[in-house]
Amino acid sequence: MAAILRPLSIAFGLALLWQCIVWISGAPKFILPGPGLVIATLVDQLPLLLRHAGVTLVEILLGLVLGVVLGLLSALSLITWGGLRRWLMPVLVISQAIPVFALAPVLMLWLGYGMASKIAMATLIIYFPVTAACFDGLRRTPTDYLKLARTLGAKRRAQLLQIRLPAALPAFGSGLRVAASVAPIGAVVGEWVGSSTGLGYLMLNANARMQVDLMFAALLILALIAVALYFLIDRLARLLVPWQSDTLNTPLSGSGRSR
Amino acid sequence: MDIRLENASLHWQQHCVFRELDLELPAGQWTSILGQSGVGKSSLLQLLCGIADDADLSGTIQCSDGKPLSGRVAWMAQDDLLLPWLSTLDNVLLAARLSQRQVTPEQRELGHYLLTQVGLGDKARARPSQLSGGQRQRVALARTLFQDRPLVCMDEPFSALDAINRLRLQDLAAQLLADRTVLMITHDPLEALRLSDRVLVLQGSPARLTHPILPRGAAPRSVRDETLLQLQGELLALLAGEAA
Repeated sequence: MAAILRPLSIAFGLALLWQCIVWISGAPKFILPGPGLVIATLVDQLPLLLRHAGVTLVEILLGLVLGVVLGLLSALSLITWGGLRRWLMPVLVISQAIPVFALAPVLMLWLGYGMASKIAMATLIIYFPVTAACFDGLRRTPTDYLKLARTLGAKRRAQLLQIRLPAALPAFGSGLRVAASVAPIGAVVGEWVGSSTGLGYLMLNANARMQVDLMFAALLILALIAVALYFLIDRLARLLVPWQSDTLNTPLSGSGRSR
Repeated sequence: MDIRLENASLHWQQHCVFRELDLELPAGQWTSILGQSGVGKSSLLQLLCGIADDADLSGTIQCSDGKPLSGRVAWMAQDDLLLPWLSTLDNVLLAARLSQRQVTPEQRELGHYLLTQVGLGDKARARPSQLSGGQRQRVALARTLFQDRPLVCMDEPFSALDAINRLRLQDLAAQLLADRTVLMITHDPLEALRLSDRVLVLQGSPARLTHPILPRGAAPRSVRDETLLQLQGELLALLAGEAA
């Protein structure tokens, strides 16, 4: 029961705060619409919003999958080939010094106006955090595990797949969580730079026409997508490491008891 | 198979820890090395296991059958090193899992049998995190036995356990590792005297191995044994004299 009530009361509290700001500041509805108006617009324009949300969602998900797969493969290659690591690591770090947002117009130029450039944006923004997290996890295998594996007669391949990789799963989970929270940013920034569909496009378009209520409705949907995605990935990341107990929610830590 | 380690030397930060060290491990006997921290006991053991990562560690290993020793040593560390993502049984079967595509039914049966031998027959499906420290070290012992190697090297295997559990595991190890060639590193003179056929002390700077003490009677020896307790006193005096 509390599991449903709590998010609802948080949402209600935030909406109340929002409404209070509207009341106190007396802002007109084309500057800051109240939550009631935004919800009304949301219901009113639902088919339009859902159509655009679908496009953005697909971009986010494809970007997420591509970014995670590429990141994981890169981390595995970096671990496997020491020579590659010395050459590629500086390149990776330098590539991070270039703001991904600055690349958006170029990606538009190369990949076109459609979804490909947005997926590329989301992939790019995810790629480095996932690679870094996986690489860190893979190289921090306790040395004694590896010594044991050597005395057990494990070849390098078996050591990587059966010792290093499972030991890196908690770190991979952290990488996934970061990826889930930044992927929507990549997709929306891509849409802002140039597109004809998607929530980012809808928001820019609505803003330009002073339909601030529609813009907020799109923002609300985007927030919902981001939150849902995060919790989904968080659940998934936990399933990856069933042997790791969650000390935050055990009676030992005390804070968990109030649940 | 007798094993001889000759002319071993270890340097650490330009300081000679030991050099020209010879160690004999007679076949079927349990040899223990006592000594304080920092005399290079663990390095010596890891040299035999082929997993030493000290750069300045060297020595020649000779086996009486003329073949190389590498791949014929089982290593048991102070930490149980159970992989948390595998079940207890899979941890016992780790050697097979790491080197073969598939674990054979016979190996699986052997794994179950060994778990029963260490008193954990009903915990085959449990995860290591569900076991106590003593139980985890028992699983590590079963994993060591599963490898069935000619030489078993143990690095303070029971030092993390409480006194009662330590005695129980010593008895179990003595029973299960009887007639095998064993090298054990330990801080505990009583443990060495209870289990070993030969007890050596590594001490000094550069460190040297003393002449072996040969406790009488069959292992595991009783902790109430008068001569054993007297030997323990002498060993403690020897080790403490070094510290003073």
